[in-house]
Amino acid sequence: MDDLISEFIAECREMLEALGGEIVAWEASPDDRARLDSIFRFVHTVKGNCGFFDFPRLEALSHAAEDALAEVRAGRRQADPALVSAVLAIIDRIAEMIAALDAGEEFPAGEDSTLIVALQERADVQVAPVAATVAEAQSKAAAPRTIRLSVELLDRLMSGVSDMVLARNELARRLRETTGEVAVDGAFERLSTIIAEMRDAITRTRMQRIENLFVALPRMVRDLSAELGKQILVDIEGGDVELDREMIEMIRDPLTHIIRNAVDHGIELPADRLKAGKREIGLLSVSARQSGNQILIDIQDDGRGINGKKLVEKAIAAGVIEKSDAADLSPREQLALIFEAGLSTAKEVTAISGRGVGMDVVRSNIERIGGIVEVDSTIGAGTRMTLRVPLTLTIIPALTVSVAGQSFAIPRSAIDEIVRANGESVTLEKLGGAGVATIRGRRVPEIALSDVLGIESDIPEQERSLVVLRPAGADVYALAVDRIHDHEELVVKPAAPAVMATGLYAGTTLADDGSPILLFDPAGIAQVGGVKLEAHDRAARIAETSSTPAEVDAPVLLFRGLDGARRAMRLAVVDRIEEVPATAIRPGAGQLRVQLGEAILPLAGVNGDLPQEKVRLFRLNDGTCEIGYAFKEVIDLSAIANDIIPAEHPGEICAVTLVAGEPAELVDPHWLFSTFLTETERMPLQPICRLPADDPWMQNMLRPIVEAAGYRVVSEADEFEVDLAILSDASAEDATAARTIRLRAEPDPASKKDETIYRYDRAALLMALKSASGGGR
Amino acid sequence: MSELLLVVVIAGERVALPAAAVESVVELDTLIPVPRAAPHVAGLSALRSRVLTVIDCMRSLELGVTDCSDGIREAAVVELDGHHYALIVDLVEDVVEVLSAPSAIRAAMGPGWERVSRGMVETEEGPMLLIDIAALVGGIEAKAA
Repeated sequence: MDDLISEFIAECREMLEALGGEIVAWEASPDDRARLDSIFRFVHTVKGNCGFFDFPRLEALSHAAEDALAEVRAGRRQADPALVSAVLAIIDRIAEMIAALDAGEEFPAGEDSTLIVALQERADVQVAPVAATVAEAQSKAAAPRTIRLSVELLDRLMSGVSDMVLARNELARRLRETTGEVAVDGAFERLSTIIAEMRDAITRTRMQRIENLFVALPRMVRDLSAELGKQILVDIEGGDVELDREMIEMIRDPLTHIIRNAVDHGIELPADRLKAGKREIGLLSVSARQSGNQILIDIQDDGRGINGKKLVEKAIAAGVIEKSDAADLSPREQLALIFEAGLSTAKEVTAISGRGVGMDVVRSNIERIGGIVEVDSTIGAGTRMTLRVPLTLTIIPALTVSVAGQSFAIPRSAIDEIVRANGESVTLEKLGGAGVATIRGRRVPEIALSDVLGIESDIPEQERSLVVLRPAGADVYALAVDRIHDHEELVVKPAAPAVMATGLYAGTTLADDGSPILLFDPAGIAQVGGVKLEAHDRAARIAETSSTPAEVDAPVLLFRGLDGARRAMRLAVVDRIEEVPATAIRPGAGQLRVQLGEAILPLAGVNGDLPQEKVRLFRLNDGTCEIGYAFKEVIDLSAIANDIIPAEHPGEICAVTLVAGEPAELVDPHWLFSTFLTETERMPLQPICRLPADDPWMQNMLRPIVEAAGYRVVSEADEFEVDLAILSDASAEDATAARTIRLRAEPDPASKKDETIYRYDRAALLMALKSASGGGR
Repeated sequence: MSELLLVVVIAGERVALPAAAVESVVELDTLIPVPRAAPHVAGLSALRSRVLTVIDCMRSLELGVTDCSDGIREAAVVELDGHHYALIVDLVEDVVEVLSAPSAIRAAMGPGWERVSRGMVETEEGPMLLIDIAALVGGIEAKAA
């Protein structure tokens, strides 16, 4: 009997959970037969079971609701708000009773008869015949077959599969060490695939559709808005996104809180909305989607928005920020203040959302599971909150690093970039003992992992790598580590309290070889390392903005020329870097030229011996023409931030300047292009001239003159638009030419209107060629 | 009175752990240190796919430091609040039956022992100190809290 009751309770709970959304949807469209049916089914099931179990109160309630709904189903009554509220009240009461049953308590006291009376039709309500939209009953797809399992069993399965993966890794290593036998390897490969598949499947058992979180929302919003006298339409999307079960539990409260806020403070009263020129009904949309290894949950309202300035005033009043800092806050930073403890823009604390649990709790809850909360708001237009949470708690893509021979993992989601401490674009400085790294002009606080961990590292500072981290939030800092190892997908488990107490770690994991690795908490490291995240970010931003106008940071490519000199080339003129065989370079038409595919380009930069086999060169582009520039090796990408000392005479080198702390010659691209390009090559886009291919005089006598005038000569075989066509007076008109020159064989024109040119009138010909190339375009 | 005790030697002293709490006895070989953790946390080790937090019982009892440099150490694996710990002991001896309820020891013990004591129990092998595993795992900080 007990078994049957607990089965009944579990069934009811499941149905109740799904029902919350259905009822509200039903209210919105009372003709929706499918919704009505599922609500009817619920009360019917309850009624049937109650008779069996002998719960008279439950039975009376469900019976009354069933009767009322049956009337609606039969078309004798219409679903009006009063009926929906009454049915909701009954379902709530049923839920209370079932909860009491589950806990083994007495049924909660309360008069059921008032609820039942509320179901009765009011006499004055006219029963209008329901439009016959009954046909679409079978709209809902059949629910997938499911069974209930205990989470404990799932966890055991999970750890069993993890063990299996480790055993496989171990076996793989052993197999690699022994001489491989093909049959064994093949069998192992198969086993390996099966295990991987199983691991995927088991991982998925932990996943749950986020729908389970969303179904309760319409009901909640409905109740809240009714209480507050607001009208709100809820739009939910992306319920089929899957999340780790535990994760769903973790975001339930933050999500609820944000929605309460939106309903309470965000969306205005209908009258105020009309005054503001908006629709009476507020829109609250909640959507979930997967983006990479994150789940994004957007909560957007079209309410009054958040006033950043007011937040700043509050923050100053509450002592969260200094008045002097406040002026420097960007709008985004102003909005981010909403996450500070003790701030709320609401004028008064209301029963709905102002209950002392602030957005700071929301943020810390989300950050605890490795997520981020972002806020974006426009005054008068609405607010959008975005929750970004990792796809699963358990599998985290991470970067393994080491310090003093010990490996650690850093969650990849927090990593901004990785640079070498001795890279050209990086400088390390100590200011009053604090490390400051300048990475391509951006100043970020720098801490050494070995200092944070209190262990000795024997790698000199300059040879370490810097991992630029952006912990949940928006502030960056650089962490110096000895070595960067690998990207790995790690199965992360929570660490023991004694380990977590350090504040440095987010969990533990096992490497492929089965040895434990600690996973860092980037925010924790910053804290232990003494990096003041928020304050520092503001300072960094100010430093950036004040210094930008002063120095025009032209990006340059630092390289070593063939003569070994350290030179810098403005990045904008470098199209790409090519490598050609030395045989592709040969003298031609008075200078060295290089063949690059179809093109032959002049080659500059040959001031030393050309390498024997391969020559590397920049392909420089001034927008229309290209030349090559040979060099020995690229040193780094850098920027000119220092004074430029111009060269005395014009030449290949236009100036000397400090790049990345050392002098470098600045190559003058203008000089290169003006020197190495012949006049015709410099001509922007060669004009094209068509000459009849079968006319020997034109081909032999005229063509050299036309080409010397800068034209590219084609024949009738190339049927595209040309700039100029030269025709003998006998041939037909060329329709595809922008201009035409007709030549006549006789020195004197046949008539006054004749615009042809005598074919040996060189001056007139050249004039015509020139005007056609200049004016016709 | 069928409760069993696991007799182990910590800092040269024979003490008893409730055998029901001990999952297994293992020999630890690898030990990954946890920088900045409380001193009695000797490091991490792995038992199959589980991560064990290794507790140096000597440290926890403020009796010195166990020398882990020589490699393999014997440890008792216990579970506490869902986490697995390996307690480093000098030696695991035997399992004995409890013959009495624990009674207070009125003589003064060392402060470390005092903290982890659950009293004295009678066994076939004479009176023995019963250890509170949670206190042993908690270390010195737990007392302050």
